[in-house]
Amino acid sequence: MHKFLIRSFVSSLVLLFTLTVAAVAKDVKAAFVYIGPTGDHGWTYQHDVGRKAVEAAGFKTTYVEGVPESADAERVLRQLANSGHDVIFTTSFGYMNPTNKVAKEFPNVKFEHATGYKREHPNVSTYAARFYEGRTILGTIAGTMTKSNVIGYVASFPIPEVIRGINSFTLAAQKVNPNIKTKIVWAFTWYDPGKEAEAAKALIDQGADVIAQHTDSTAIVQMAEKAGVYAFGQASDMDKFAPKAVLTSVENNWGPYYVDRVKAVANGTWSQKDTWHGIGDGMVVISDLDSQMPADLRSKVKKLQADLASGKVHSFTGPIYDQKGNLMVAEGKTADDGMLAGMMTYVKGVEGDIPK
Amino acid sequence: MIIDINFIGLIIASIMASAVPLILASCGELITERSGVLNLGVEGMMIIGAISGFALMTVTGSLIIAVFGAMLAGVLISTIFAFLTQTLITNHVATGLALTIFGIGISAMIGKNFVGIPGKEFPVLFEGLKDTIPLLGPILFGHSIVFYFAFALPFITSYFLKKTKIGLIVRAVGDSPESASNQGINVKLVRYACILYGGAMSGLAGAYLSMIYTPQWIENMTGGRGWIALALVVFSTWNPIKILIGAMIFGGLTIIQFHMQAIGVRIPVQFLTALPYIVTIIVLVVISRDSRKIRLSTPSSLGKSFHKDN
Repeated sequence: MHKFLIRSFVSSLVLLFTLTVAAVAKDVKAAFVYIGPTGDHGWTYQHDVGRKAVEAAGFKTTYVEGVPESADAERVLRQLANSGHDVIFTTSFGYMNPTNKVAKEFPNVKFEHATGYKREHPNVSTYAARFYEGRTILGTIAGTMTKSNVIGYVASFPIPEVIRGINSFTLAAQKVNPNIKTKIVWAFTWYDPGKEAEAAKALIDQGADVIAQHTDSTAIVQMAEKAGVYAFGQASDMDKFAPKAVLTSVENNWGPYYVDRVKAVANGTWSQKDTWHGIGDGMVVISDLDSQMPADLRSKVKKLQADLASGKVHSFTGPIYDQKGNLMVAEGKTADDGMLAGMMTYVKGVEGDIPK
Repeated sequence: MIIDINFIGLIIASIMASAVPLILASCGELITERSGVLNLGVEGMMIIGAISGFALMTVTGSLIIAVFGAMLAGVLISTIFAFLTQTLITNHVATGLALTIFGIGISAMIGKNFVGIPGKEFPVLFEGLKDTIPLLGPILFGHSIVFYFAFALPFITSYFLKKTKIGLIVRAVGDSPESASNQGINVKLVRYACILYGGAMSGLAGAYLSMIYTPQWIENMTGGRGWIALALVVFSTWNPIKILIGAMIFGGLTIIQFHMQAIGVRIPVQFLTALPYIVTIIVLVVISRDSRKIRLSTPSSLGKSFHKDN
């Protein structure tokens, strides 16, 4: 009996040792740092879906959720870099400086920062998605489907990403329906179902019959369902939460990019990159179009989607004027990435001021 | 924009709906505090109620089981608090804070499997009467049973504390546990009961959020409403009717500021967002400025542990 115990103990030690050596020698390990909980069914949830795709591709992954964008982030990053991770994805804008700082200390670890622009060291890449392309599609649908000509828009925080979305949405809606008004309500949260629902309710009570959102929870589409108006899903397909209200959703699809980059690390072909992918590269996905939309609208949207993907149509094609009537983009030109990245003015037709 | 009378009715109805979780949790906490116990774990108990209600509704399909299950979950988690503070005589503040952290953590753990599942529709009462009376129709009719209960609760609580013997006992225990104990009242038992009742109401408030108000589960969905409920108890100077007023002002300004934004009122949005907090505090401080009354209604042993043998 003793012999058996000793033998099994020794053999399990040997096994453990082999496994550890194998892990160190061969496997590429990827780590993900999240701003929110994976259970938010929004931003972080979609990143975690991407992480699972990496796992399915045969790589080991770890993640840390709810990491504040402060000195804590540095601590977490250092810890991950120290514990044998080869590539670390930092999935929120506020991780920009911590990522670059820690990257300097660990030149052999690759860092991938989402939605940022600083690449101070050769081992830092940045990536983001052109969600505004998705909003061009939503705007087209909203402008066609509205009967009251009032479209509600629940916004989160006044940053270029959100302003760009509002502009792209409004431009597209005006193109199909010059009479529409976009009413914007700032919720000053990414994620508070109660507040988001209240914001949506206020817009609906004021006559909006299509609601768009740039906050993360499903409360808005549910409120739209209750009130019998239309809405669009954010970040993930929200159709099952509000089957009648949701016309389509813009999904964040990080999986292919993540798998690509982790594979590149494994093959030794990883190099610094700044990626800004849209519908064409599949980072922005449009969910199924609801059958309540008339057939000609659906085919129009399909075509627009294909044209955005091929680059034939650009969301910001001139002439575009700001609220005061100053020319932002000249006739026949399109807005360049620099302008898009720093966009902090409303286009003509959006009501109200950007909160300062 | 046309302001007609039904529009005002709609706004008032949404204000009332947003005040429900605050009223429930505050009235529960009020009883707990009136017995001399300060439970800062409201947020934690609320979120436990939210996930329990949602999970039970998804698993059993029964709304009744879910609502009572959420209250029971609030009772269970507050039992931990009661055991620690009453039996083991731990510090109320530290234990309450721990309860909140514990609740948020454990709800996230249980909730992992319930993310992304749509909730069920909760039945509303008197839906058909909504259009019969202008203005009052949407205010009075077409709400869930929990809504009606919440608006009755402050009056029930007030009656209970002022007019019933048990209410008197609760207040006695909160004001002077020593004298109450000398009168033969089992202080520990009363405090246990009050803590458990507070847990049940917080659990119900959480269930309202996850099952009725925004039927879904996501982590941290209570969004700090537990803390606001706690603040309401203090600023209302332990008066249930003032809790009702405070909750309505808070909910009201949150909603009205959204309407002001949508209409295009040119006031800085950050100011509008801060408005509910500022105005609620100011109003409650002003209506409760009678220091004699504050002294009368403040449970004088609030937050102090009680040993029978000291």
